[in-house]
Amino acid sequence: MKRLFTSFALMIAASVATAEDVTTYMLDNGMEVVVIEDARAPVVVHMLWYKVGSADEPVGASGVAHFLEHLLFKATDVLESGEFSATVAANGGSDNAFTSYDYTAYFQRIASDRLELMMQMESNRMNNLRITAADVETERQVVLEERNQRTENSAGALAREQFRAAQFQNHRYGVPIIGWKHEMEQLDLTDALDFYDLYYSPNNAVLVVAGDVKPDEVLALAEKYYGVIPAEANLPVRERPQEPPQRAERRITYVDQRVSQPYLVRSYLAPERDPGAQTEAAALVFLADLLGGSSFTSALGQALQFDTQTAIFTSASYDGSNLDSGTFSLVVAPSEGISLSVAEAAMDETVAAFMDAPIDPERMESIRTQLRASEIYAKDNVQGLARRYGAALTQSLTIADVQAWPDILQAVTEDDIKAVAAKVFNRDQSVTGWVVASQEEAR
Amino acid sequence: MLRIVIAFCLSFTASAALAEIEIKQVTSPGGINAWVVEEPAIPFVALEIRFRGSASLDLPGKRGATNLMTGLLEEGAGDMTAQEFQTAREGLAASFSFRAFDDTLSISARFLTENKAEALDLLRQALVDPNFDQDALDRVRAQVLSGLASDEKDPNTIAGNVFNAAAFGDHPYGSSSDGTVESVTALTQEDMFDAHRNALTRDRLYVSVVGDTTAEAVGEMLDDLLGALPAEGPAAPEDVDFGLAGGVTVIDYDTPQAVALFGHKGLKRDDDDFFAAFIINHVLGAGGFESRLMTEVREKRGLTYGISTFLVPKFHAEMMLGSVASSNATIAEAIAVTRAEWARMADDGLSAEELAVAKTFLTGEYPLRFDGNAEIAKIMVGMQMVGLPPEYVVNRNHYVEAVTLEEINRVASELLQPDDLHFVVVGKPEGLTSTQ
Repeated sequence: MKRLFTSFALMIAASVATAEDVTTYMLDNGMEVVVIEDARAPVVVHMLWYKVGSADEPVGASGVAHFLEHLLFKATDVLESGEFSATVAANGGSDNAFTSYDYTAYFQRIASDRLELMMQMESNRMNNLRITAADVETERQVVLEERNQRTENSAGALAREQFRAAQFQNHRYGVPIIGWKHEMEQLDLTDALDFYDLYYSPNNAVLVVAGDVKPDEVLALAEKYYGVIPAEANLPVRERPQEPPQRAERRITYVDQRVSQPYLVRSYLAPERDPGAQTEAAALVFLADLLGGSSFTSALGQALQFDTQTAIFTSASYDGSNLDSGTFSLVVAPSEGISLSVAEAAMDETVAAFMDAPIDPERMESIRTQLRASEIYAKDNVQGLARRYGAALTQSLTIADVQAWPDILQAVTEDDIKAVAAKVFNRDQSVTGWVVASQEEAR
Repeated sequence: MLRIVIAFCLSFTASAALAEIEIKQVTSPGGINAWVVEEPAIPFVALEIRFRGSASLDLPGKRGATNLMTGLLEEGAGDMTAQEFQTAREGLAASFSFRAFDDTLSISARFLTENKAEALDLLRQALVDPNFDQDALDRVRAQVLSGLASDEKDPNTIAGNVFNAAAFGDHPYGSSSDGTVESVTALTQEDMFDAHRNALTRDRLYVSVVGDTTAEAVGEMLDDLLGALPAEGPAAPEDVDFGLAGGVTVIDYDTPQAVALFGHKGLKRDDDDFFAAFIINHVLGAGGFESRLMTEVREKRGLTYGISTFLVPKFHAEMMLGSVASSNATIAEAIAVTRAEWARMADDGLSAEELAVAKTFLTGEYPLRFDGNAEIAKIMVGMQMVGLPPEYVVNRNHYVEAVTLEEINRVASELLQPDDLHFVVVGKPEGLTSTQ
């Protein structure tokens, strides 16, 4: 039974569908188009991904990528404020958007014969926003309330923000996607429009269309609506500040009276999936599963939850879907009466024992089977497939990388896992965070 | 003998394309019914099982027993310990989820065609022959107790618990189905076997299956999977009136953003006015960005990230609820605007244009829900639980279309009672105090 810490759900790099249902094009203006066919229902998901996220923001304007995402639902030269979503709804569809460190994406899910209307509207708001000062005022309040809801009202979210800021000493991955509150309060029309004018262009976008569609028809529509938009000549090369060598471990105690269950998090810098070089990332997927994937069968679960009653919750997770560096994290929530220092020592002993012992071949086979099955289950969710391609292509991977990933996972060996683990488990590149209700609990 | 009673075929023409699903009803030789959609395109099967009753069947003094029992179903069965059971499940790449809600015990499973016999055999053991080992009981109990401690510090859960206690008192709906620290601490192995015997019974069983299988195969499998369960369970609780009068209850809690849960009584799922109420709720607060409350509270005033309303027709009581979160300084204004919109809808109803737009959305959106094996299985089992026939999926849009503006406006004035709204607010709201 898993009741705890759902926010720590595994962020294992996703596996993907087989290649046969995916078609790709490149428009003359540099926009990539990906079509995923699934004719089981008369539905299409139309997603436009921009290769820009919070980690591309100017210093001092944290939150502007996400703020701009909100403002894209306001007026354009031909659409009134709110008319975009209202039109989608009036056609029986739904729409939304999301922002991450590396991308900003807009999507609609609608009957497949309405695809052209979606392209018409989405292409329109790539270049033709007409935001007003009043829009900025109210929408800034909305994103501040969003921050209140997601972060300020959650001790766990505030703790994560502190830990991540310590994990990244130079990269913008250390700044929250939604923004630091004091900078969000200062975001203005110019911040939003500067960001929009520079980054929202076809040569910085990936179109993913998934569902009951024909690739040649999608291409024709994409040419008609997106193909006519000129490329942005001044689009900057995407090079963000990188991490310096990290030379000392960081330890943080986050105290918040709203914490009911003390827990600890250890995170390490870890390699991400890179174009043509995904073997280490694949090995880290296995490492996370072996150490903390299931409380019943993983090393941490067995040692801390079964062999001893040291913890009521354990997990290991790997976030390797990033343009730049990823992270590998361990979480332990100690049992009643067990201190965080005892729980942390038990965690470290378990990891050390894992490194010294051979890996059970049956566990390896079980993980390979589950990864193979996840390919099959993934086909039931065409929107999920669309997200995988969109995320990968905005994080520098290619279609070939995405399609090679399942086989790379299947080929991971014990040696691969031990080698990458030895590299990642470097305390100089780690943050250890304790989350407690009071200083007295921090022992 | 196996009976496949009805083969019901429906098609949607909401689009240029045509979606077809064929719902087959099958009855096993042992008398267990299931709805089946054969969908061989992807080599796996989604299975949904529901038992009506669930936590509302907790015995006196045993609050939380059904919830804890349900959490233990994946913790060892037959001759397998928890770890052996999970090792076997992972080796098959099957997934099982067991959840206990107020009225419904829900089991979702998916498994590959290539090993479905082995996966179903594992699931069978979890359902009919769970062990409830003492060490598993103690381990999961510790997780539940930790969750209860978290609930005491979660503003949304605090609001829900206060609201339900005030609305339903001693009825099972009046307390958390997770139980209390005291009741959960006292639960024994024997209580787990009692809860299992009471909650997993064939008289309250609903099954749907979608994927790479046939109705005939499902019919043959049902008795193996579920036939060993008891035929009948204990009586369900009585219906209960919504007992909370209009007003405000402030729960002092030190957090920057106040959360408000609000509502009054609602109407039954089988009420003749249900579809009118469904449309009203959509326009008022359930329609995402397009709802009146989102427009007024978020878009125009920036008071919240989200506000929404829900029709909640439970099996023994009916509510119309809503929730909103806003900074302590602005929650009072958010509530005032909400009350005003409630009154405006009650007094003036909808315009003809608003009704037309709502119908277009609701009828256009409905077929889009049927877009995956697991989704279709969930829809079908949900229909069975509220007594809807398979042909409902074809007729449903006609029910929406048939609602007239006159009906809407009559039902709005009857359903929506701004003075009856009770707001439970958790936080440090400025300008709000509890009413007597």
